[in-house]
Amino acid sequence: MTNSDIPRERPLSPHLQVYSPMLTMMMSIVHRITGAALYFGTVLIIWWLIAAASGPSHFELANAVLSSWIGLLVLLGYTWAAIHHMLGGIKHLFWDMGRGFELNTVELNARLTLAGSVVLTILVWVIAYGVS
Amino acid sequence: MSLRTPLSKVRGLGSAKDGTDHWWHQRVTAVANIPLVLIFTYVVISSIGKPHAEVAALLGSPLVVIALVLMIGSLTWHMRLGMQVIIEDYVHSEGRKIACLLANTFFTAAIAVAGIFAVLKLGFAS
Repeated sequence: MTNSDIPRERPLSPHLQVYSPMLTMMMSIVHRITGAALYFGTVLIIWWLIAAASGPSHFELANAVLSSWIGLLVLLGYTWAAIHHMLGGIKHLFWDMGRGFELNTVELNARLTLAGSVVLTILVWVIAYGVS
Repeated sequence: MSLRTPLSKVRGLGSAKDGTDHWWHQRVTAVANIPLVLIFTYVVISSIGKPHAEVAALLGSPLVVIALVLMIGSLTWHMRLGMQVIIEDYVHSEGRKIACLLANTFFTAAIAVAGIFAVLKLGFAS
């Protein structure tokens, strides 16, 4: 437990600013950032569901906002954040099983997560565009 | 020599008194979220460009309602656990930390209730 009454003069362990950025480190940071972004973004999902449950006029309003260019931009970012967080999460599940800790595997996974998140986001949006 | 009492050793739950529950719940919900979010993505894509009546019927069909209620439950529990870790990592003043943890619980509970209510309303209406 941290105690805020203790003076802050104690030595601190090295933190982010003393390390040069590495891909694996960036992916870890991005995993947390996407998690936080997804957290607040659920407001949009819930708003869409409430709009659908409220009736046609509210639903039209939600659709108009979400399909405006800024709405689409937010949804595009949300899709990428969700896929990136999901791929990173799957990697964590393998780590939890004690697999994939070799340095080259870790590095490869970081690249695959990044590339995979971009490719899958494009795929989802191409499918969505094809449907509409 | 250990300062732990025999009882606390047997329970093995540590100082926070919930052992590995936080970690384990985060994993259980993470695994559950994968198929449920994929189903939701499919539902959203299927709804694009459709009029309200059709979307309401799709969202209200039994299998979709069941999947969405499960998703909202698992997702909001996962959100609460994840944000709790972020708060505990970055908010050090005890008062502000407790305020943030409370806000986290209230926000995720509100999201859960609102989402589940909306989906159930659609389900019972159609």
